[in-house]
Amino acid sequence: MSEEVIAEILTTHILDLAADGRRLDGRGPDEYRPVSTQPGFVSTADGSALVRMGQTRVLAGIKLEPGKPFPDTPNAGVLTTNAELIPLSSPTFEPGPPQPGAIEVSRVVDRAIRAAETIDLARLCVTPGEKSWVCYVDVHVLEHAGNLIDAALLAAVTALSNSIVPAKRFGVADSDYALDVLHLPIECTFVRLGDAIVVDPTFEEEHAAQGRLTVATDETGRVVAMQKGLVGAFSPDDVKSTVRRAFVHGERLRSLVKGARA
Amino acid sequence: MGNIGAKDVPVLLSPEGLRLDGRRLDELRPIRIEAGALHQADGSAFVEWGQNKVMAAVYGPREVHPRHLQQNNKAVIQCKYNMAAFAVDERKRPGLDRRSQEISKVIAEAFESVVFAEEFPRTSIDVYIEVLQANAGTRCAGLVAASVALADAGIPMVDLLPAVAVGKIGGQIALDLKKEEDNFGEADLPMALVPQSGRLVLLQMEGHMTEEELGRALDLGVKGCRDIYDRMKAALRERYTMTPVAGGAA
Repeated sequence: MSEEVIAEILTTHILDLAADGRRLDGRGPDEYRPVSTQPGFVSTADGSALVRMGQTRVLAGIKLEPGKPFPDTPNAGVLTTNAELIPLSSPTFEPGPPQPGAIEVSRVVDRAIRAAETIDLARLCVTPGEKSWVCYVDVHVLEHAGNLIDAALLAAVTALSNSIVPAKRFGVADSDYALDVLHLPIECTFVRLGDAIVVDPTFEEEHAAQGRLTVATDETGRVVAMQKGLVGAFSPDDVKSTVRRAFVHGERLRSLVKGARA
Repeated sequence: MGNIGAKDVPVLLSPEGLRLDGRRLDELRPIRIEAGALHQADGSAFVEWGQNKVMAAVYGPREVHPRHLQQNNKAVIQCKYNMAAFAVDERKRPGLDRRSQEISKVIAEAFESVVFAEEFPRTSIDVYIEVLQANAGTRCAGLVAASVALADAGIPMVDLLPAVAVGKIGGQIALDLKKEEDNFGEADLPMALVPQSGRLVLLQMEGHMTEEELGRALDLGVKGCRDIYDRMKAALRERYTMTPVAGGAA
């Protein structure tokens, strides 16, 4: 009960600040929290990256295993993305089957990776219709302080960019080789707070938000995925200006991925 | 121990009595403990132990979920040990399996033996252990992380719970097995010690040892636990020392 009352007061405060162009943590409306990437965090993975976005901390691990291609795509490898919102990462998460929130993160991240043709799935085919690599992207949220989608995709793309296909270990080829990464999609998430639309929402801002919009862009100037979430609405003009902002932020965040490339 | 009988069994002990990574039989792998590694949890700790990386968080005492587990005279201690899909060589399917449920149970029971749960009736103390990178001994690393996290959360306890596994490799009793030693060794004996009382609150064993070997293994494990105990206390002291003293306590 008391927690909810505090949350209501906080929500009002966040909205009041936003009307003034201000935010609870002192950021401007178009400012990300400090972002850092640490590739190669997990040595048991074929590729991995730890991403910090403010207090949000997300770990992505890549595993590649030989498997069977899907019947409808016999000449392509298989890509699977899974996000775990483990109860360790937030006081509000409870153990149990994946919650809709975790499934949405998985799917929005998966869509951006897939639509941007991040990895060359054709090159992951070994024998058409028979044998292909299965690429598992597992995202483990260690601390949820808001904006999981952006952090999760950034971690996933950084991890993919630093992945080794374990071809020798599985007896598929004579030596291991680097996973081919063709494009670098970056997702930028915005929330509406009254008339303001701010980037990189914190957990509290997501709670106060009147709509959330995620825009994924790649380095060639394409918009590759979008997702509107939470209760609330955006005008077409809101969407257009948000896309413009997403390209600017996307370019900056992409330089972190490139800098982290082995 | 799953690969006994597999081809390419490595030589686990050199003629000089040194192990694959150059350790002596009674030597621990390098351990780094960071108390308070997360911001939102009531208590937390990150442990790097050899090639293991384990994060633990404690929430509570708080409301019990699910409600029917609530106890009128004490707190319930709920433990979830979980392994990331990419933490092992062959990808682990995410979610609960029988192994992690068993480990969660014995760890929860170990903590129930030392936490003053009767001080918090009708509440839950939730302990979460996430194995991010595994290389044998993850239940012990998880227990050490969770114990430091419980202390970081201010939960009153009889004592911290250091833990370590002792095993048998190349016919010799050895402290703190790494993966190859666990896979190709002859026995594995994880334990957790209450240093104040000298008693064990977690004890499992798999493999084969003589009675005499088991006796030595227990003694070696207790010695290892006492060493880890000092490091756990040092990690908590580091977190809660107000002003860093240059050249202070060693």
